[in-house]
Amino acid sequence: MRKTIALWLAAGIVGFCIFPWYSVESGFWSFSWLFSEFLSEDAAPALFQALLYGRWWFVPLALAFVGIGLSFALLKDERTRAKALVILSMTGLALLFAQGFAIGRVGPELFIDALNFGSAAAGQVGFGSGAMITAGALLFILTTSISGLGQGRGDAFIVGSIGLIIALVITFVFYPVSQILIRAFEASDGGIDIALFFTRFFSSDIWSLACLVGGKTCGPAWNSVFLAVLTGAGTTLLGLAFALVATKTAFPAKKLLRVLTIIPIITPPFVIGLALILMFGRAGVVTDVLHDVFDISKSRWLYGFSGIYLAQLLSFTPIAFLVLIGVVEGVSPSMEEASQTLNASQWQTFKNVTWPLMRPGLANAFLLGFIESIADFGNPLVLGGNFNVLSTEIYFAIVGAVADPSRAAVLAVVLLMLTLSAFVAQRLWLGKKSYATVTGKADSGQHSPLNSALKWTCYGFALPWAAFTAVVYSMIVFGSFVKLWGYDNTFTLDHYIRAFSVSFNNGIRWTGVAWDSYFTTLTISTIAAPLTAVVGLLTAYLLVRQKFAGKNLFEFSTMLSFAIPGTVIGVAYIMAFNTPPIELTGTSIILIIVFVFRNMPVGVRGGIAAMSQLDKSLDEASITLGANSFTTVRKVILPLMGPAILAALAYSFVRAITSVSAVIFLVSARHNMATSFIVGRVEHGEYGIAIAYSSVLIITMLVAILLLQVVIGQRKLRRQNRLQTSNKNNELASA
Amino acid sequence: MKNALLGGLAAVGLLAALPATASAEELNMVCGAEQDWCELMARGFEDETGNEVLMVRKSTGETLAQVRAEASNPKIDVWWGGTGDPHLIAAFEGLTQDPGVDTSDLLGWASNMHKISNGGTVGIYAGALGIAYNSEVLEERGLPAPACWKDLTNPAYTGEIQVANPNSSGTAYTELATFVQLFGEEEAYRLLTEIGKNVNQYTKSGSAPSKAAARGETTISIGFMHDMVKLAGSGFPLKIVAPCEGTGYEVGAVSVIKGAKHPELAKQFVEYALRPDVQSRSVEVKSFQVPSNSKASVAPESPDLASIKLIDYDFATYGERSTRERLLKRWNEEVKNASH
Repeated sequence: MRKTIALWLAAGIVGFCIFPWYSVESGFWSFSWLFSEFLSEDAAPALFQALLYGRWWFVPLALAFVGIGLSFALLKDERTRAKALVILSMTGLALLFAQGFAIGRVGPELFIDALNFGSAAAGQVGFGSGAMITAGALLFILTTSISGLGQGRGDAFIVGSIGLIIALVITFVFYPVSQILIRAFEASDGGIDIALFFTRFFSSDIWSLACLVGGKTCGPAWNSVFLAVLTGAGTTLLGLAFALVATKTAFPAKKLLRVLTIIPIITPPFVIGLALILMFGRAGVVTDVLHDVFDISKSRWLYGFSGIYLAQLLSFTPIAFLVLIGVVEGVSPSMEEASQTLNASQWQTFKNVTWPLMRPGLANAFLLGFIESIADFGNPLVLGGNFNVLSTEIYFAIVGAVADPSRAAVLAVVLLMLTLSAFVAQRLWLGKKSYATVTGKADSGQHSPLNSALKWTCYGFALPWAAFTAVVYSMIVFGSFVKLWGYDNTFTLDHYIRAFSVSFNNGIRWTGVAWDSYFTTLTISTIAAPLTAVVGLLTAYLLVRQKFAGKNLFEFSTMLSFAIPGTVIGVAYIMAFNTPPIELTGTSIILIIVFVFRNMPVGVRGGIAAMSQLDKSLDEASITLGANSFTTVRKVILPLMGPAILAALAYSFVRAITSVSAVIFLVSARHNMATSFIVGRVEHGEYGIAIAYSSVLIITMLVAILLLQVVIGQRKLRRQNRLQTSNKNNELASA
Repeated sequence: MKNALLGGLAAVGLLAALPATASAEELNMVCGAEQDWCELMARGFEDETGNEVLMVRKSTGETLAQVRAEASNPKIDVWWGGTGDPHLIAAFEGLTQDPGVDTSDLLGWASNMHKISNGGTVGIYAGALGIAYNSEVLEERGLPAPACWKDLTNPAYTGEIQVANPNSSGTAYTELATFVQLFGEEEAYRLLTEIGKNVNQYTKSGSAPSKAAARGETTISIGFMHDMVKLAGSGFPLKIVAPCEGTGYEVGAVSVIKGAKHPELAKQFVEYALRPDVQSRSVEVKSFQVPSNSKASVAPESPDLASIKLIDYDFATYGERSTRERLLKRWNEEVKNASH
């Protein structure tokens, strides 16, 4: 305990006295702040800002550090010392943020009258590395001291992790989101009006049920719920069918099936919608054939609920599959064998053993499908017709001809509430049962095959769907090689040449128009993916394995950023991070952060699903043998989490590449993203280049996922991962 | 414990790697036109002045939302291109500033934009509203070709017309305001309701209907004629109609954001964007809007504004918030509710 605190105290002092407090113009990595600019006004650390430039508001913070150092050195009683450190480090954190918020870029923002003198009146810029290190050090002194008081079983790693995640979620989810949600309560004169909020909230614009009684459309809220429930159920079923086919049948082309189920997840937005239009739209290929052969009249059935539903099933089934495959694989064959030994039929085994054990997976897959559907923006935009859903309504409330941020905020609250309901429903369904099937005991069972009725049902769902996916994607690839997709099908390579040409005069020059955004996208996603996986899985570990107060709230708060539509997040991030103390707009950091916190829920969900299958006795054995919780995580849990880690890494990488709505507001000239580029092309009808670019992205992501799969590999459960091959052996034995 | 510490240190170290904010003497430009045109403008200005232009393309609605959110510490210097409506809103909300450029060479509608916005925004191009139809589908269905706005009320067109929703699209709002100015408010709403019965979808985006018509997803669309010209030019069987009653138009604009970090450079850019030789280059990237500088050359494919009956579009009145809200409310109550 003492050593940890000493180290963090040292880190804090270094952050306060050596690193530049503010963000430096020339960039952190130039390191000029350490040499030529060390004591310049821009790059000086907090200590010298106070001594040389009259920034007196760092003095209280310095005093807090002195206090921490003194109590650390002088107080002998462990509990008294811990208590003193808790109070002092909290004071330090409060002082740090208070000065940041109180004194803005052009002078004081809070307590204006009291502060408006001297150097405070001149203002200050955003936090830099010094402030970040100092804040981190104070946070970990706080959590280490709290664990010193006996909280979290006195485990500094656990309390530190909880503290870190809470701090991150508050800074990068709550703080920005509150900036925009507060506007739901804003009256037209700028004041706060609670009654007005309820009027808006229950407005028939949002909740109308007219479609049930007349021909008119329902409100966007009901449309969204209806769509999300069906999408959640549909993707879970299809994902389950795929997962069962992949693990419990002897289907020959499993590898191909797996690739097919992954491709939709790595498809940039709009592309699936466009492909569907070209197939099933009024002038689509399939429509034409049906018209010519069967005389079915050409209609616009695709535009509206049916089109969105189809596109969402295509897009989100893979997510359900990724969650469920780990779960289905993890269901212990021993339990299935025990059931069969007790004379249960294959169907009874499935119904009474396998199915209940898959419940956490099913519930998580459904929840993800539901939330994805409700927050989906690209598909409703392209295929929505007159079927309005919340996500597009929110987008147009912000960017439409009549911008109405308070309406957007109200709609966002509705959307959040729907997500919360789904979350609660999921918890109720799962209850408090244990779903652990991976224990420390050797398990030499074999996965029981599905009974044939179930097997053919799974085939019946999965195979046509796989074929359909294959057709949709052939259309897309085809589209990138023809002059005018859907109209003039002359072969051409123009789109690829325009986007990705390279010239070899004087070394390699990337002359194609897409290279810039392509490289940026890859860099940012590569940085964001491992961070997302770490944050997501750490959170999952805390949620599944640790008990602490406010756990449910903690769990929901980690889901928050996922449930809020990207548009709202994008605008919220600009509002929160455009001005000091945390000034990030126009940098690549803001893109990385938005990806990490938007995609971490997938890591969390997948991690929870996988971890609730790991028996606690594994951890306990490790702890009993003297390992601390960090070692346990590293040596016991992580190796068993292979599929979940893979899913989290792959998914966050892919989402960072394909997400669009949040990113549109945050991209800048220096850091433009591929999707933003593609959407711009789609907006102006240049489908050829958009689709060529998308195809390249799809292949890039596919390669990345395959590489990940090779690197991470499969977890070894000391089970034979093969199916019982009927009863040949028995027959041989009896013969 | 040591591992935990190392992990924590690494995390803090990563957070510490905060970069600098964008450094000086580069022009930050947001562009609302299509990518190729944006590139042409940005690179052209770079070549001529030697200054670096950091350009990103965003739709006008998104740009306006960003400009509003960034008002206290703007990161954009100049906003070039895109329909003038959001530029005007930004100007009326005090989010832009007068670049202080000479507008004497500009055509009436462009300098008018400058005047009514108190210098907040300047017109750079204009494009008229029109009707387009897919000649192949029209023939297949045996429908007559429309020539006037009033033709669109023909019940034969039921489910064949697509137009954007004025609540989300500036194009469609221009259409609504054009109808009101052309026919008077009562008659305009009566006509729009009649046409509404033929509309198969009110799209969110203003350019979507013509794209749908090009592919035969709908038969008839309403939108800006230069978009239609571009689609027809790329090979789609799209025929363009200048309505016989006359029509309204949009003015694309350029604005300097209030509090821009590089106002001098932004002013230079606006001057550059208004020059006749620069405006004449738009045809290189197949953009067929009519340039605002009277000395610029007009592409032969551009819809000839002189041969189209253009109304005297009142941007001051119809760009104003209260008018806009009133017209849209009425549209929602009468036109939207009459559609199916």
